[in-house]
Amino acid sequence: MTRPTAPVRWFTFAAPSRFYALSGRLLPGLWLLAAVLGGLGLYQAFFVAPTDATQGEAYRILFIHVPAAWLSMLLYVAMAFWAAIGWAYKARMASILARAIAPTGALFTALALISGALWGQPTWGSWWVWDARLTSELILLFLYLGYLALVHAIEDPHRADPAGALLALVGVINIPIIYFSVRWWNTLHQGASISMTAAPRMAETMLQALLLTTLACWAYAFAVIFTRARALILEREQDSAWVQALKGERI
Amino acid sequence: MNWHSSTDFFQMGGYGLYVWGSYGAALLLGLSETLLARRRHAKALNTLQEDTDL
Repeated sequence: MTRPTAPVRWFTFAAPSRFYALSGRLLPGLWLLAAVLGGLGLYQAFFVAPTDATQGEAYRILFIHVPAAWLSMLLYVAMAFWAAIGWAYKARMASILARAIAPTGALFTALALISGALWGQPTWGSWWVWDARLTSELILLFLYLGYLALVHAIEDPHRADPAGALLALVGVINIPIIYFSVRWWNTLHQGASISMTAAPRMAETMLQALLLTTLACWAYAFAVIFTRARALILEREQDSAWVQALKGERI
Repeated sequence: MNWHSSTDFFQMGGYGLYVWGSYGAALLLGLSETLLARRRHAKALNTLQEDTDL
């Protein structure tokens, strides 16, 4: 069966100029959303969710640790995805997005490791163990840092972006390793408390707090990534007519 | 209600250092990143304005 092949138009709509205008309108709302969800999430995490029967108050670290760990993995996949699209289709906006995501992904990875260490010390009696989950998450941090170092070392974006994309794509293999590490190996790190197939093994109020702080982290990630993407657009497209046209309006 | 007093709240059942350390790190990293990203955008805009004056 043959279909009439219409020219692919997605990328014209994903032109940097369109993205710049749209993200500019979305940003105030995203920052507000991050603040409101963060406030509600912290209230729920500290004042509504009860003390954990076995871990005491130390368990409250999970309301930042778990969202940070989730985002560290998801942002990596998003970064590799956009880097690949940018490489394969020479889509400028996709490459810019990959570059904009990397620092935020590295930040959430670092936060997952720091909060994990701060939880590990009182709970396991050690800041760090060479456990499969912890080690693979540390490798994720190195992948982010390696990507950033690589793309910053090559000045010309047309050469830096494909090189970064290759590194990002090879590194994707680490994501399932992190995710399944607690099942594949005997890890000190506990298994998942929440799964798609079974009822969550935590109190309803704890789950709500986790949901709120996760959504807050998402809103924050979108806001800060969009801000960085807008800076990158201006830096890269400064000679284009539409960026020159921005000069008139004082922002 | 989980806490009887503000001291109670800050002590976090003896885990204060670890709990507040985690949230403090999150706040510090988040604020710094926000500041850096916004500054980068402002700088790009400024460079653009300066070019006009040439």
